[in-house]
Amino acid sequence: MKRLLVCLTLWAPLAAHAALNVFACEPEWAALATEIGGADVRVYAATTAQQDPHRIEARPSLIAQMRRADLVVCSGADLEAGWLPVLLRESNNPAVQPGRPGYFEASRFAPLRDKPASLDRSQGDVHAAGNPHLHADPRNLARVGAALAARMSELDPARAAAHQARWQAFSARWTAAIAGWEARAAPLRNMPVAVQHTSFSYLIAWLGLREVAILEPRPGIDPSVAHLGRLAAQLQADPPRAVLRAAYQSPRPADWLAQRLGVPALTLPYTVGGNARAGDLFALFDDTLDQLLKAAP
Amino acid sequence: MFRTTLLAAALTAAFPAFAQSDLDALRAELKEMKTAYEARIAALEARVQQAEAKPAAQPAPAPQADSAPVAGRFNPDISLILQGRYAHLDDIDERRIEGFLPAGHGHGDGASRGFSVDGTELILSASIDPYFRGQAILALLDEEVAIEEAWVQTTRLGHGVSVKAGRFRSGLGYQNEKHPHAWDFADSSLMYRALFGEGYGHDGVQLKWVAPTDLFMEFGAEAGRGAGFPGTDRNTNGAGAYTLFGHVGGDVGTSHSWRAGLAWLSAKADEREGELEDLNDEHAETLFSGTSKAWVADFVWKWAPDGNARERNFSFAAEYFRRAERGSLLCKDNTPAGACNGTADTYRSSQSGYYAQAVYQFMPRWRSGYRYDRLNPGSVDFGANNAFLPITNHQPTRHSLMLDYSPSEFSRLRLQYSKDQSMASQNENQWFVQYIHSLGSHGAHKF
Repeated sequence: MKRLLVCLTLWAPLAAHAALNVFACEPEWAALATEIGGADVRVYAATTAQQDPHRIEARPSLIAQMRRADLVVCSGADLEAGWLPVLLRESNNPAVQPGRPGYFEASRFAPLRDKPASLDRSQGDVHAAGNPHLHADPRNLARVGAALAARMSELDPARAAAHQARWQAFSARWTAAIAGWEARAAPLRNMPVAVQHTSFSYLIAWLGLREVAILEPRPGIDPSVAHLGRLAAQLQADPPRAVLRAAYQSPRPADWLAQRLGVPALTLPYTVGGNARAGDLFALFDDTLDQLLKAAP
Repeated sequence: MFRTTLLAAALTAAFPAFAQSDLDALRAELKEMKTAYEARIAALEARVQQAEAKPAAQPAPAPQADSAPVAGRFNPDISLILQGRYAHLDDIDERRIEGFLPAGHGHGDGASRGFSVDGTELILSASIDPYFRGQAILALLDEEVAIEEAWVQTTRLGHGVSVKAGRFRSGLGYQNEKHPHAWDFADSSLMYRALFGEGYGHDGVQLKWVAPTDLFMEFGAEAGRGAGFPGTDRNTNGAGAYTLFGHVGGDVGTSHSWRAGLAWLSAKADEREGELEDLNDEHAETLFSGTSKAWVADFVWKWAPDGNARERNFSFAAEYFRRAERGSLLCKDNTPAGACNGTADTYRSSQSGYYAQAVYQFMPRWRSGYRYDRLNPGSVDFGANNAFLPITNHQPTRHSLMLDYSPSEFSRLRLQYSKDQSMASQNENQWFVQYIHSLGSHGAHKF
């Protein structure tokens, strides 16, 4: 025990000079931090695309990672309300507490949609600040990226120039990619879609899709069979072109409705790692668009 | 330029004894400094002009920092737990765990039959300032408010260290820090009932350190008043109870995670009251004075496919304790028929027990669980009172099965069946129907 303590004490100051430790709540922010930080950062993604970011266990491994983080990057807007507060509290790491430079909430740097007019839990698991799934619009990633690059430069001034250079390079590629995606997505304009949860609101707004139905009766409340039956009857006359769900969501409701309506059920990657192809941010949107275009008229 | 002259003049005035040559040297030095600064300013100006001439590569988007409604930022997070139940229990006059000196009863000790509102709790928490956070948990009872927890904790110490002060649940074990609304079963485990009544709380201080390692490791030490069972309130300046605890934990792949811990508790008791049935089957009052030392080991393992707990998940938890009590026990009866005669003599006991539970969420909203409790009365020596008090070798056991349904994260309905053999004379079928609802802010729960 004593030897262990001695080892830890000797090792701690060494670790302090290492690369910036970034704790990313979701894979999209891990990918963005990696684009900006390159080899100058050590990025830990707390969740995978297969996990529902609303419902994560505050596992011991996450506390251990947060304990050593220099920067915590999360969506905010209460997306992580069920687990992030425990990690912040239990990790005893003052550098990443809210209000400190080491705490970065992406939702602070993009305009949020679906702000509830009234706050009442009878409306389901509503987020007071608005819809937190903002990364589904690539323009928001540009906005958040600029702020994140500035924050990372502030935290690691010695490598600020490198962070900024990488950010500028990424930003140029990203702007070009957005223009490309927008051009390709022209046929998607006004295409009616049904979604399982409000996780694609930003994507839908960006591409001009038409959201005709949400499978969840209220945000975060799973649809019952009766509810799905009613939806199917409602949509029969004018069915959507596709039913969308994120990789982490249960396939059953979307598949059931899609089959009933005779339209494709699309499993969009939602975030980096959501399927085999979506290995980085560019591939995430490439794959999302390809899938949607297949369903387009 | 003017300043240089002024400075020189001032220096001349201040140090009239300075030789002219010294002043010349000083002037030359100042001039040198001035030219150096002017050169640097010119360079900076050039850079600013350069930067201004360049077109902005990317218009920086205005941060929306204040557009989000930060409702009630300065108000504490408030949540109110509404909990009630219907219990179908046998009519047992005096519920005890046989072979164990009774622990003080926590609120909602699980004995009331029929409908009851138990465990109404008000939880307030917030950051106090940049240096502290605070939390209060009040248990609302009839004509009474019990302060379950009321503490402040440092947030700025760094190096993984935090200090908590006030009344708090000890960091020992797994279930201990959980309040009834976070339990997986309608009632507490027999082990915790025998050890602490409900959970071990302190009025005191806690020091906790989280190690900067990939493997989760935390170590803590507490010193407290020790007023709660197995200690008692004592009229003294020092601390009445000490605990040491450590936890390690981590992941195995993306689907599994675990945590294990070991803790030690030492508490002093001064005339701790208890009730036992003596050899004449009369209620005897006991007063214990001495020390109580306990070891608690805990292990938790959780599984969810791909780490996505929303659809299905499984958790297993087990805790084991050993407790040794040394001191003196006084036994007296208030009825002439009683056996005890007010003798105080040595008391030594060494007892143990455990529980193990498994909870499986087999589909969204629905969970089922099984818990097994078993205690070992071990060896008990009442000294001279052996002549008046029974020594049992009955091992209290209980099986519990539960099914719960959570319409949302804020509400839960539960049905539980237990077969309770806490006492040798008891073989009871217990039924509980329970609701646990929470109002207000989103309570994030620990692992």
